[in-house]
Amino acid sequence: MVFIIVLAPLLSSIISGFFGFKLGHKGVAILNCSLISVCFLTSFYFFLDNLFNGSVVSFSLFPWILSGEMELHWGFLFDSLTVVILIVVTSISLLVHFYSISYIAEDPHLSRFISYLSLFTFFIVILVTSDNFVQIFVGWEGVGLCSYLLINFWFTRIQANKAAIKAMLVNRVGDFGLALGILLLYFKFGSFDYSVVFSLVPFFSIQKIYFFFEMDYLSLVSLLLFIGAIGKSAQIGLHTWLPDAMEGPTPVSALIHAATMVTAGVFLISRCSPVFEFAPRILWIITIVGACTAFFAASTGLLQNDLKKVIAYSTCSQLGYIIFSCGISSYDVGIFHLANHAFFKALLFLTAGCIIHSMNDEQDFRKIGGLSTILPFSYFIVFSGSLALIGFPFLSGFYSKDVILEVAFAQFSNEGHFAFWLGSMGAFLTAFYSIRLLFFVFLAPTNGFKRFYEMAHESSFVITFPLIVLFFGSLFFGFLIKDSIIGLGSNFFQNALFVHPFHFRQIEAEFLPLSIKLIPLVFSMLGMCSSFVFYFFNQSFLFNIKTSFFGRSLFVFWNRKWFFDKFFNENIVQVFLDRSYHFTYVKIDKGFFEMFGPYGLTFCCYTFINKLQRIQTGQLYHYTFIIIIGFLFSIFITFFSFDFRLFFIILLFFFI
Amino acid sequence: MIKVNFLFFIFLSSFIFIIGLTGIILNKRNILLTLLSIELILLAININFIFYSIYIDDFFGQLFALYILTVAAAESAIGLTILVIYYRVQNTLDIRVINLLQA
Repeated sequence: MVFIIVLAPLLSSIISGFFGFKLGHKGVAILNCSLISVCFLTSFYFFLDNLFNGSVVSFSLFPWILSGEMELHWGFLFDSLTVVILIVVTSISLLVHFYSISYIAEDPHLSRFISYLSLFTFFIVILVTSDNFVQIFVGWEGVGLCSYLLINFWFTRIQANKAAIKAMLVNRVGDFGLALGILLLYFKFGSFDYSVVFSLVPFFSIQKIYFFFEMDYLSLVSLLLFIGAIGKSAQIGLHTWLPDAMEGPTPVSALIHAATMVTAGVFLISRCSPVFEFAPRILWIITIVGACTAFFAASTGLLQNDLKKVIAYSTCSQLGYIIFSCGISSYDVGIFHLANHAFFKALLFLTAGCIIHSMNDEQDFRKIGGLSTILPFSYFIVFSGSLALIGFPFLSGFYSKDVILEVAFAQFSNEGHFAFWLGSMGAFLTAFYSIRLLFFVFLAPTNGFKRFYEMAHESSFVITFPLIVLFFGSLFFGFLIKDSIIGLGSNFFQNALFVHPFHFRQIEAEFLPLSIKLIPLVFSMLGMCSSFVFYFFNQSFLFNIKTSFFGRSLFVFWNRKWFFDKFFNENIVQVFLDRSYHFTYVKIDKGFFEMFGPYGLTFCCYTFINKLQRIQTGQLYHYTFIIIIGFLFSIFITFFSFDFRLFFIILLFFFI
Repeated sequence: MIKVNFLFFIFLSSFIFIIGLTGIILNKRNILLTLLSIELILLAININFIFYSIYIDDFFGQLFALYILTVAAAESAIGLTILVIYYRVQNTLDIRVINLLQA
C-alpha cells in the first residue's frame, strides 16, 4: 500500500518521460491520471485510517549508507502530519494533472510536462513521508529541481529561463541553511532518524556550541532549519523567486504555489517542532518574519497589475500567516490553514489560467475587464475562491485564518500582538486586493480588443471539473476537518507535533473577548466593502490619491514590490558579480595563480632564453671571450673547492 | 743539466700567450691580425714545450714542438686560404662585418 503512494508518481513520470512519444498524448493522459489517482486514493485511505483509527505506519526499507556509527536507511513514516500534507498534495496534484491535460493539450511537449509534474509529486511525497533528515533533503532538493524544470518548461523564453534560474538559486540559499542544520543535528545527536533526534531533544536543550561565537545548540540548529524554510516557503528576504516563478505555465503555478513547494518549509518546521519548541528565541524570530511577510506581501499584492502576480503575492502573504502561526507554537493551526489554503489557492490559480486562456494569454488585468457575462462560471468560481481567501464567515479560510490571529493575540506577548496587528492589517489588504482583482477582471468596463472578446469562451469539461472539485473543497474542507485538526483537545496529531506546555495558548485563544475575536473579521469585511465602494463608485478618489505626491511614491513603492528586487540586484547580485569578476577571476585566477603558475613560468623561460640568445652576437671576438671565460671557469672549478651557492649568485647577476 | 731561469721562461711564454689571447679578443678590425695572434699563441706554446723539455730533461717536448711547428704551418696555410676565398666572396676582411654566426 505504502509503495503505491511513493512509486505510482515515479512510475508515471518515468513512463511518460521516456516512452511518452510512443503512447501519444491520449495514452500519457490516461496513464498518468490513473496512476496519480491510484496514489491519491491510497493516501486518502491512509488519511481515513489515521483519522479514525489513529494508526501510524512506520518502517524502514533497505539500508542506504552504512558507515561506522552512521546507519542510514530508506524509511517511511506515515503519521498524522504526513497524511494531512499527503492528502493535500496528492489531491491537488491529481487535479492539476487532470487540468493540464487539456490546458497544455496544444503544446507538443505534453508528455514532458506531465512527466515533470509527476516527478514533482514523487519528490514531494518523498519529502513528506521520509523518516530521517537525509531523505527529507532528497525530497527538498528534488522539489527544487522540478520547480526549475517546470518553470523553465517553455525553455525558449528568456524570461522563463531567468525565472527558473532565480528560483533554483534563491532556493539554494535556503537549502544551504537546511544542509548545515541537518549536519549540525548529526554532530551532537549522531543520528539522522526523527525517532532518535526528537526523543533526545530535551537532553540537549542546555548545550552550547561554538559557531564563531558561543551559541545555544538547539537555537542554532533551529535557525539554520528556519533559513531552509524561509527559502522554500518564500518568506521575506528570500521571497523574490516566487512571483517570478509565474513565468511557468499556470498549472505549474498552482502546483508550486498552492500545494507543494511552498508547503515544504512549513512541513519542515512542523516536523521539527520538538527542536523548535526548545529554542524560544528562534520561535520569536519565526513569528516576526512570518508576520512581516504576511503584511509585506499583502501590501505588494495590492498594487500589482498582473493577474498571476496578485495571486502569487497572496500566496506569499498566506504563507506568512502559516509561518507565524508556527512561530507561536500553533503548528496544527498552521497545517490546517495550509490545507485550506491549498484548496482555494489552487482554485484561484487554475481559474486564472482559464481566464488567461480565454483572453488569448493576456495576463495584465487592466487589459481584460467585463468578463462577468462572458465567463459567468469563472466569475462564480473566482468569487467564491476569493471569499474563501478573504476569510468570509463559514468558508474554509475563515476557520483557519481567524484562529491563527486569535492564537497570536492569545500569546499576550509583544511578538504575538505584533503578529496579530500586522496579520489583521494583512487581512484588510487581502480583502482589498481580492475584490480589486474581481473588479478589474470581471466587473470593470471591457478594456481588451474586440477580437479577443469574440473568441472568449468557457473552457471544456476537463478543465472545469477540477475547478468544481476545488470549489467544493475550498467551501467545505475547513468546516469538515476543523474539529479533527484544531478542535480543542483533539488527539489527531498524536506525537507528530510537539508543543511545549508553556507555549500552549489555544485555550486562552478560545476565550478571548468578543471584541478582539471580531477584529480580523471586521478588518477583512471593511477591506471588501471599501474596495468595492472605491472601485465601483469612487474611482476618481483613487485616481486623486494615486496622482498626489505622497500617494504616488507609495504606489511606486508597493507596485515595485518594496524595491526588494532592486535592492537585491544592485546591492547583492551586482556586487557579487562584480567581485567575482574583478577580484576572484581577474586578481586571483588570472592574476596571482597565473603569475606564479604556468604563465609566469613560461614568461621567465622566455626572457631567460632571450637573454641567452643575445649572448650570441655573431662577433668573433665575443665568442673567443666566452670561450676563454669558460675555460678559466672550468679551471677554477677543478683547482679550487667550489661553493655552488656562489655559482648561482654569479648566474643570477649574469642574467639580471 | 743546464741551468735555466725558470720564472723568466714561464713569464715569457705566459706573456706571449696572453698577448695572443688579447689580440684575438681586442682586435676588431682585421681578421689577419686574428690569424697572427693565433700564430703567436702557438709560438708561446712552443716556447713553453721547449723550455719544459730542457727543464725536466725530456725529449718529447722538443718532438711536440716540431709537430706543433708543422701543424701551425698547415693551419696558417689553410687559414690564409680561407681568408683569400672569403675575401673573394665578401670583398672585405673587416671583422665587424663577419657576423654570420649570429643566432
